[in-house]
Amino acid sequence: MDFLNAIILLLNYIFVPALAYGSQLALGAIFVTLIYGILRFANFATGDMMSFGTMFAILFTWYFQSFGISLGVLPTALIAIPFAIIFMILYMLIIDKFVFSYYRIKKSPPVMLAMVSIGVMFVTQAIVRIIIGPFDRRFFDGEKFILKANEFKEITGLNEGLTIKSTQVLTIFVTIIIVSILFWFLNKTKTGKSMRAYSDNEDLALLSGIDPKRVVMITWIIAGIIATIGGVLYGLDKSFKPFTYFNNMLPIFAAAIVGGIGNPFGAFLGGYVIAFSEIFLTYAYKKFFMYLLPESLEPNTLVQLLSTDYKFAVSFSILVIVLLFRPSGIFKGKVL
Amino acid sequence: MRKYLNVISAYTIMLGLIILVGFLQSWNVALSILNFCLISAVMTMGANIQWGYAGLINFGIMGYTALGGLAAVLVSVPPVREAWQVGGLNMILCVFVITFIVFSIRYIIKKYKKSNQRGFGITFIIIAGIIILRLISAPAIESIEAVSPATTGFLGGLGLPIMFSWIVGAFFAGALAFIIGKIALGLRADYLAIATLLISEIVIAVVKHEDWLARGVKNVIGLKRPVPYEIDLQSKEWFINLIAKINNGSLNLISGTLEKQAALHQLVIEASTVFVKLCYAGLFTIVVVILLIITQKALYSPWGRMMRAIRDNEEAANAMGKNVVKQHLLIFVLGSAIVGIAGAMMVTHDGLFTPGSYRPMRYTFLIWVMVIIGGSGNNFGAILGGFAVWFVWIEAAPFAEYIINLLTSGLAENNQLKEHLINSVPYFRYLMMGTGLLLIMRYKPRGILPEEIKHS
Repeated sequence: MDFLNAIILLLNYIFVPALAYGSQLALGAIFVTLIYGILRFANFATGDMMSFGTMFAILFTWYFQSFGISLGVLPTALIAIPFAIIFMILYMLIIDKFVFSYYRIKKSPPVMLAMVSIGVMFVTQAIVRIIIGPFDRRFFDGEKFILKANEFKEITGLNEGLTIKSTQVLTIFVTIIIVSILFWFLNKTKTGKSMRAYSDNEDLALLSGIDPKRVVMITWIIAGIIATIGGVLYGLDKSFKPFTYFNNMLPIFAAAIVGGIGNPFGAFLGGYVIAFSEIFLTYAYKKFFMYLLPESLEPNTLVQLLSTDYKFAVSFSILVIVLLFRPSGIFKGKVL
Repeated sequence: MRKYLNVISAYTIMLGLIILVGFLQSWNVALSILNFCLISAVMTMGANIQWGYAGLINFGIMGYTALGGLAAVLVSVPPVREAWQVGGLNMILCVFVITFIVFSIRYIIKKYKKSNQRGFGITFIIIAGIIILRLISAPAIESIEAVSPATTGFLGGLGLPIMFSWIVGAFFAGALAFIIGKIALGLRADYLAIATLLISEIVIAVVKHEDWLARGVKNVIGLKRPVPYEIDLQSKEWFINLIAKINNGSLNLISGTLEKQAALHQLVIEASTVFVKLCYAGLFTIVVVILLIITQKALYSPWGRMMRAIRDNEEAANAMGKNVVKQHLLIFVLGSAIVGIAGAMMVTHDGLFTPGSYRPMRYTFLIWVMVIIGGSGNNFGAILGGFAVWFVWIEAAPFAEYIINLLTSGLAENNQLKEHLINSVPYFRYLMMGTGLLLIMRYKPRGILPEEIKHS
């Protein structure tokens, strides 16, 4: 019984939250990796682009709510996502047309494009804050919990409760669908294959008749879809605040590099690696050991490897270690 | 002379703008803008050495700034004797343990060839070292933080004049840069950017949450000043006389001794804050000028030529027998040290250290905007960038408000759109920074004052 309690404890406080957080990071990391693999620069506007898409989703959610449209138990934001995606893709294509394409055609070094993306970051941040303001916003509606701690205790008769929020399940579910579609697209369709070829060797791809403009456009479209969905899922699970989204850029970068930048599958797993290690290392295991060990051996400290203040620092340290020993990431990067 | 014409005119315009603020808003505002412009100029000089001279991208500026600020605290605050008594010994022991770990790892790396055993050995030493450190430091930290937590709760500093911290800050930042350089300098440019950005976040996390070091997010306030306090000035005979002499004309117009006295008192209060800011401006100008002379000399020395050679063609420079790795590390440390000076200067100016306020937007990306807009590789350009961008950063809000009022003057006072726009005035500075950066990068990619190569 104690053993089961311990397992439920870990599931409740580590496994489920980490899985949800990891999915959100994974989507962001795939966004970074797509841009890096095909357009060949580190996009510092990642977090702000995600907040841009989320902002539209929130605006549409409010719009629909004012008409009384809702999905019942599911959040209204789900209907808003497609509309937000349209605006997001438009914005990305406009930015590409007026900002990035010039440097791409001139074949500027990647650092130059990264600097330009900082300019885009400033502008996007300003637009988001001017339109929706810098405040914390919650736009979740519908049923909040799938499984409540009390209900779980009643059903199983255990001491520990297991809480599963509907946003967590939604996040994991949507992420799996999106990522499987993406991998199917990249590996099986002709367009996806042309994108991989372009990422692998630009000159050779051009020689074999792949239209670079089309590849770039499709990349921005896919990136826009993924960024919007990732941003909305994060906002549903926690809350929407432009500053948090900007800060999320850092663990997302860490996830993309840890997984091997340019490699979507690596980015996908990298998200989970970062999320799990952040939560594993900062969780206080006292209660866990209290269940497992006999009373005489019970720990009198929190048994916490690092204080939760260092949550972000953990992911960055992992990144530094990976950069030191395997600069190309855990899964060889730079091939899409 | 013609060659310097654009430099001189650019700086004249800049100073004219600041003076204009003095006339239109107040001299207080103008001088605080000037002071922060000077601090930004020091930062941009540091970043410019790395990016302009050597082509190294460093997004960790925030971390060095914070370390410079930390130095200001550790140098100027008097030591907290009680805290040293309860936990000082253990903390010193920790320093020894860390040195021991570092040197033993170094020894192993030097002595043995790369193998699995060596890897395991090093991992074992690190893990064992961390456990020992935790065991020694945990009780000490707890007891240090328990020493009157409302006012101290940290070890305190050395109690020296705060000006020393400008040098100490440089050493702190340089030491951090040495470690980061050893880890990350071999990486490709964009990886280096991300790695330095994230490492600087780690530094901030440490400064924020290690309360025994500098009180963390509880902030250290009331740091000693290198310049006189306003309150002291207001009672000083010579200062009042000086103000009376300067404002002789307007004071004479007032009849009645009592009213004259009151007017003079008001003037003295205003003038004292301006005087303090002027003192800071003088100190900062000295630093900027000294650094400018040194960096200019370095840029046109054989060493500077070598750095540019490395920047423009690493392989060729390597083939000529220049040690690229070593020079990169050197310039990384030098540039970061200059940023450290700026960090210490800023904390000296503010008189408080607030780790929570160090954010990458303000301390990393904004500095980069300054370097790019001003002109990388040209010290005068970098300083101008610091001035111009900081000026816009501060004056963007009033300017945006003016423009919005002008554009929406046809709308009613309580129009929703107008109210919304007026409320979001502070964010127009991001918009201006972003569009400014994008325009400069597109149409003048080498900055306002581009780098000029002297052929001798």
